[in-house]
Amino acid sequence: MKPAPFRYARAGSLAEATALLAAGHGETKLLAGGQSLVPMLNMRLVRPAVLVDLNGVRELEGIEPTPDGGLQIGALTRHAALAASPAVRERAPLLAAAARHVGHAAIRNQGTLGGSVAHADPAAELPAALVALDAQLRATGPRGTRVIPASEFFRGLLTTALEADEILTGAHVPAQEPGWGFVEIARRPGDFALAGVAAVVCSASDSPSRVEHARLVGFGIGDRPLRLTGAERLLAGAALDAQTAARAGAAAGPDCDPPDDVHGSADYRRHLATVLTERALLQALPRLPRRR
Amino acid sequence: MPAPRERLAVRLTVNGGPVERVVEARRSLADFLREDLGLTGTHVGCEHGVCGACTVLVDGRSVRSCLLFAAQLEGASVTTIEGLTPAEGLSTLQEAFRACHAMQCGFCTPGMIVTTTELLADQSAPSTEEIREAISGNLCMCTGYVNIVRAVEQAAAGRAAASGASA
Repeated sequence: MKPAPFRYARAGSLAEATALLAAGHGETKLLAGGQSLVPMLNMRLVRPAVLVDLNGVRELEGIEPTPDGGLQIGALTRHAALAASPAVRERAPLLAAAARHVGHAAIRNQGTLGGSVAHADPAAELPAALVALDAQLRATGPRGTRVIPASEFFRGLLTTALEADEILTGAHVPAQEPGWGFVEIARRPGDFALAGVAAVVCSASDSPSRVEHARLVGFGIGDRPLRLTGAERLLAGAALDAQTAARAGAAAGPDCDPPDDVHGSADYRRHLATVLTERALLQALPRLPRRR
Repeated sequence: MPAPRERLAVRLTVNGGPVERVVEARRSLADFLREDLGLTGTHVGCEHGVCGACTVLVDGRSVRSCLLFAAQLEGASVTTIEGLTPAEGLSTLQEAFRACHAMQCGFCTPGMIVTTTELLADQSAPSTEEIREAISGNLCMCTGYVNIVRAVEQAAAGRAAASGASA
C-alpha cells in the first residue's frame, strides 16, 4: 500500500500555504499531522496531485489565553500538547479530556486539532468537544479570514463549511463553565468511539443546583457531532440530580441517527447515547459550584 | 514560494548520524529507513497507522513511520530500534523482554520496545493499566501481551533498583 505519486511542497508561512492551495486548482491536499490523510493516501482513497505540508507554518502554532478567559488554539496544536497544556486544563478541561481520548500516544504526538476538525470524522472527539464548548473556528483563504461557529462547521460525513481554497487556522474556545463531563465507549483504548457524549452544564447564579442551560453533544451517533436538544430542553431550569440525569439520558435517544455497521448496531449506539448522556451529567454534577 | 516537487533532497539525523538523500515525495519514513538506509529493524505491518509495528522516535516522541513522509523530516532526529540497542549487548528494556519471553514471532517487538521506551522516559513507574494503555496501539498478532506487560514492569522495577543503588 503506497500512495500514488504526488508533488510535495513545504509552506513556510500561511500566505505561502494559501497561495500553494489556490495554485492547485482543487488537486491539492493540505498535510498537517497526517494521521487521517496519510492512511487515505496509502489506500489510494485520495490521490491529490500536490501535498502542501503545513508543519512549518508558525502562524498555526500555539495555545494563547485570551482576555475573555478563553483560549486561542492554533490549528497545528498536537493532541498531546492539548492534553498536557496547563492553560487548556484550567480554562477548557473538557477539551483536554477529549484530547486524551484521541487515538494512541503515537497518534496524539503527531495528530493536530486542525486536522481532526477539518477531517470531520463523525466519531472523532475534538469536533464534538468544540461544539459543546461553543468554539469559534477561524479560516483563511484568498478572500480573507472568516470566523465560523463550530456549531455550523460540521455539515455531514467528512464534510465541513470550509471552502476548497480555505485553510483552518485555529479555534477560539470561550471560558468553560465548571460543570462538564466527557465519556465515550470504544472497543479498545485508542479506537474511534462507538458513541460518546460531551456535556457542559451552566448552573443558575442564584441557585447553583438548578441548570440554566446545558450543551450536550453526541459523537459516533450520527453523520456529525449532534446536539442532543431533547435532553438539553429537559435540563433547562431543572435541578440536576441522578434522576434528572437519567431522564435526560432517555431524552437523548430520539436525537441520535446512528450508523449501523460491523462495530455496532444503530440500536446499540442509541442505547449507548442514553447511558453516556446520563454518565456525562453525573460527571458534571459534583463539578457544579455549590454557591456563587 | 517553494515549487511542489516529486523528488526532494532531505537531510536528517538517524540514530545519531547525519543522513542526506534524494527521495521521492511519496516515500514513507518506514520505507526510507528499510529500503534506503537498510535499517530493517523497523517493521512494516498495516501501512495505515493501525498496527504500531513501524513505531520510531522523531525528536524523542513516538510516531508511526508509515504515516510520515521522509521528505517531511528535514532537520529532524530519528531513532529506530537499532538506535535504542547498545553497541554491545542489550538495553535494560530489551533484557527484560528476553528474560520474560515477551515475544513469540517477534514481528511487533521493535514497535513495542520503541513505544515502551517513550513510556518509561515519561513515567518511571507506570501501573499495569498504564502499560496496557500505552501498548494498546501496538498489535501483537500472537496475543503475547501478558509477557510484554510483565517485561515492561520488570524493566521499570530494574531501573528503580539501579537508581536506588547508585543514589
